[in-house]
Amino acid sequence: MEFGTKSRKKLITTNKVKDYRYPHHLQLYTDPPTETISLQEFEELAVERLKVLKAVETIGITHQKGTEKYNQLLEKEITATKFKECFIRKRNLSLEEEIENRKRDHMSHFILRLAYCRSEDLRRWFLLQELDLFRYRFQLESSQSRVEFLASNNLKYKPVEKDEQEEVTREMDGLDHLTNSTNKEFYKVPFTEALDLVRNRKVFLRDGYAYVPQEDLVSILLSLFRTQLSHALVVTSRALPNMEEDGRLLPMLCGLSKRYLGQDYGVKKQNVGVVTAEMIELLSKKSFPLCMQNIHASFRQTHHLRHGSRLQYGLFLKGIGLSLEEAMKFFKAEFTKSMDIDTFDKKYSYNIRYNYGKEGKKTDYTPYGCMKIIMNNPPAMGDAHGCPFKHFEAEFLRQRLSSLGVSKDGVDVVMKYTKGGHYQVACAKLFELTHGINDTNSEVEMVIQHPNQYFENSQKLLNGPVKTAKTVKIVSSQQNSQASVANGSQVDVKTEVMDDEMGDDLDLNDEELNMMT
Amino acid sequence: MPDDYNPEALPDLLPLYYKRLFPYGPYFKWLNYGGVPKHYFSHREFSFTLKDDVYIRYLSFTDQQDFEKELQKKCPHKIDLGAVYSHRPKDQKTIKSTAFLAQEKELVFDIDMTDYDDVRFCCSGADICRNCWPLMIMAVKILDRALREDFGFQHILWVYSGRRGIHCWVCDETARTLTAQGRSAIAEYLTLVKGGETVSRKVILPDKLHPSIRHAVDIISKYFLEYIVKKQDLLGDEEKWKKVIAMIPYDQLKSVLAEDFVTVGTNTSTRWAIIKQRLQNAKEKLDLYKYPYVKEEIMLQLCYPRLDINVSKGLNHLLKSPFCIHPKTGRVCVPMDPEKIDDFDPEQVPTVSGLLEELDKVDLVEDDQGKKFRDYKKTSLGRYLDIFDSFLKGLESSRKGKLIEQSDMKMEF
Ligand SMILES: [Zn+2]
Repeated sequence: MEFGTKSRKKLITTNKVKDYRYPHHLQLYTDPPTETISLQEFEELAVERLKVLKAVETIGITHQKGTEKYNQLLEKEITATKFKECFIRKRNLSLEEEIENRKRDHMSHFILRLAYCRSEDLRRWFLLQELDLFRYRFQLESSQSRVEFLASNNLKYKPVEKDEQEEVTREMDGLDHLTNSTNKEFYKVPFTEALDLVRNRKVFLRDGYAYVPQEDLVSILLSLFRTQLSHALVVTSRALPNMEEDGRLLPMLCGLSKRYLGQDYGVKKQNVGVVTAEMIELLSKKSFPLCMQNIHASFRQTHHLRHGSRLQYGLFLKGIGLSLEEAMKFFKAEFTKSMDIDTFDKKYSYNIRYNYGKEGKKTDYTPYGCMKIIMNNPPAMGDAHGCPFKHFEAEFLRQRLSSLGVSKDGVDVVMKYTKGGHYQVACAKLFELTHGINDTNSEVEMVIQHPNQYFENSQKLLNGPVKTAKTVKIVSSQQNSQASVANGSQVDVKTEVMDDEMGDDLDLNDEELNMMT
Repeated sequence: MPDDYNPEALPDLLPLYYKRLFPYGPYFKWLNYGGVPKHYFSHREFSFTLKDDVYIRYLSFTDQQDFEKELQKKCPHKIDLGAVYSHRPKDQKTIKSTAFLAQEKELVFDIDMTDYDDVRFCCSGADICRNCWPLMIMAVKILDRALREDFGFQHILWVYSGRRGIHCWVCDETARTLTAQGRSAIAEYLTLVKGGETVSRKVILPDKLHPSIRHAVDIISKYFLEYIVKKQDLLGDEEKWKKVIAMIPYDQLKSVLAEDFVTVGTNTSTRWAIIKQRLQNAKEKLDLYKYPYVKEEIMLQLCYPRLDINVSKGLNHLLKSPFCIHPKTGRVCVPMDPEKIDDFDPEQVPTVSGLLEELDKVDLVEDDQGKKFRDYKKTSLGRYLDIFDSFLKGLESSRKGKLIEQSDMKMEF
């Protein structure tokens, strides 16, 4: 993709009947665009697509995906953007108009790739929204069009032969069931191409093949798209530092990604040392989100934390401003109640130093966001990490909520969101209830995306609207980073702990895609 | 088997073990995979744990001789196997971290008895005994079936870890080349028991039972009564049965059962019969029967294999190598035959001290250079090596089959 200011758009100029580059209304965005566009148009396309993705996100949080209401709301939001005719086909477009739309779709997607490839959180956010948008658009297509799209992406799976099908159907139904799968058509697909269906046991497997019902082929398509896109995002992020030649582009891209995702809650230099080991106990009661309160309580009780908790809690504490020295002090004091100092030094101090980028890959790891906590690495026996709203058993969560002094009605409301799978909304409701904002019956207004955001919001509220030292610092540090990027200095590509994995791709699963439904 | 192993003697025993007993030949043959591709062995990450828990990652060896030499020199207390990398792992520090990538590894599973602590009452933590060992037998049977029949894998090596767990190495080429996503998908497919300490109902089945789950239930059924009655006495007293009752999602039924257990129930087997009967009645009578498989859920929560999923997911996750010595028990980490898993007795697994004693009694033989040695295959390690050998033969024959297939294809042109 080239970017220039002089050349005006030289978009559609031909009357060609078929544009071989855009054979279908939908696309998987495999090849980057080659057109030149103006900087102004560049920004406009990006902003408009962002509006769409933001709508996809918020509606996805509050409504179940694929329901009538969800589709209705999404249509309304998209209609308010310049992608109206591109994503929602209300009237018949001329071929030129259609090709023009496909191009805009293509371009805007790639521009946002650039803006959202720079950290794991950004990539994750972008990937999820793009996948949801794709899913939404796919279901708007006619079944004829869907089949065409599958074919145009070389997904030519053959239906299973009749004999084998009867056998498979028998296997699937077993003795207890006489369900309606008798007339289903199955496609035999190597299991490695139907991983999401395998993961969720939504498909029958035999001898390395998945027997995929026709209606589930969509899932294979999404998984293909996900694999390609997540890989492409990682590759783009590695190539990004080379793009600095154009000094105007990076600030714009950074600005774009900040626009909707907010801060990444990495450690700001000026923030370090704001919190000391002694302050944690009190802060944990007042301002920690439930997940961190839970780890903290478990730590106090058992004087021990397993790996997952050490990462989740350790990085959170780093994010609120606990220095390495203070963190060492804090963890040592508690751990050594159950072990001698030698054991602690040998086994656990490494971990704490690792969180602060002093060991291992020496990366300055950023605290985990809610999505990561909810989706990755669920707690097993004896673990205290995870998201209580997602991972606690209902009865236990209820007790915990009551013990925080939440009224019975309040507990019920939070539990309602939890049951619906709206874990972050439940957390936000708990915030509102424990901070005296709104009452039980009002709609949840805030959106919690990050434990450190919860903490900062809480502190801001409790310490009053006066500009505390901390808020000033955060503001100024942001200005600094903006300025330094504009001057063309090194781009700050943040890496996150990937649980010691070196995977190239974001490991998102179907559940993750369906979260918040 | 004389069980006179003393952990403190380990540093003295290991040099002898690595010199006289470690099966270098077959071991190398395994990890070399016929030399296709060539660097498969030399790009493999090994890690050694030396004495005082000194842990060294990113070791690698050029060939069998190199490996043999280093092993005898370092005498590691533990050997872990990692992935096959894009470069030799020992050069890791000199290579840009973005270029140094884990490329292939066996698909592995780690099942640890500690993860069953909430459902076994005979022992806890690192201990195992005859009363909880059936859990491992069921785990092997269930996973082995699924890996072979569902996923079509053929070359599966089962290994006893030497103390409280078992490992599974799936060595088919399709398994070794799986992406991280593929690995996690399989691991999740095979995971049923979910949730930490705060969750009392850890298996929730959908209203349509997946065939793989049905097979698992069938396997468990063969062991279940014997296991809960004779081995664990799982409904023997209130403290125990409270846990089982907590797995039932109907409050009303819970209190009915709690009463039944005292008034009608006399022991584990009558109480299990009561559970079955009550569930059956509820199924027939209640329209609002949301969960049709509560009985199966209970059986699965008590017996279904509990995987450490992170071990399976990561391409560069390390797992203890077969033929290590477990430092606490002195037992060798030996292969197990899944077909004969019912007969496997962890207490019969030879210890390093026992083996060395046996070896001294084995007759001396001469090698082709006329050097005299005692054949380790004549010790009680022998029968475990036979299992390993037949696993290696399987790998070899499928390699040959593939070569023939390839040459046939060339002939066609
Ligand atoms: Zn036991």
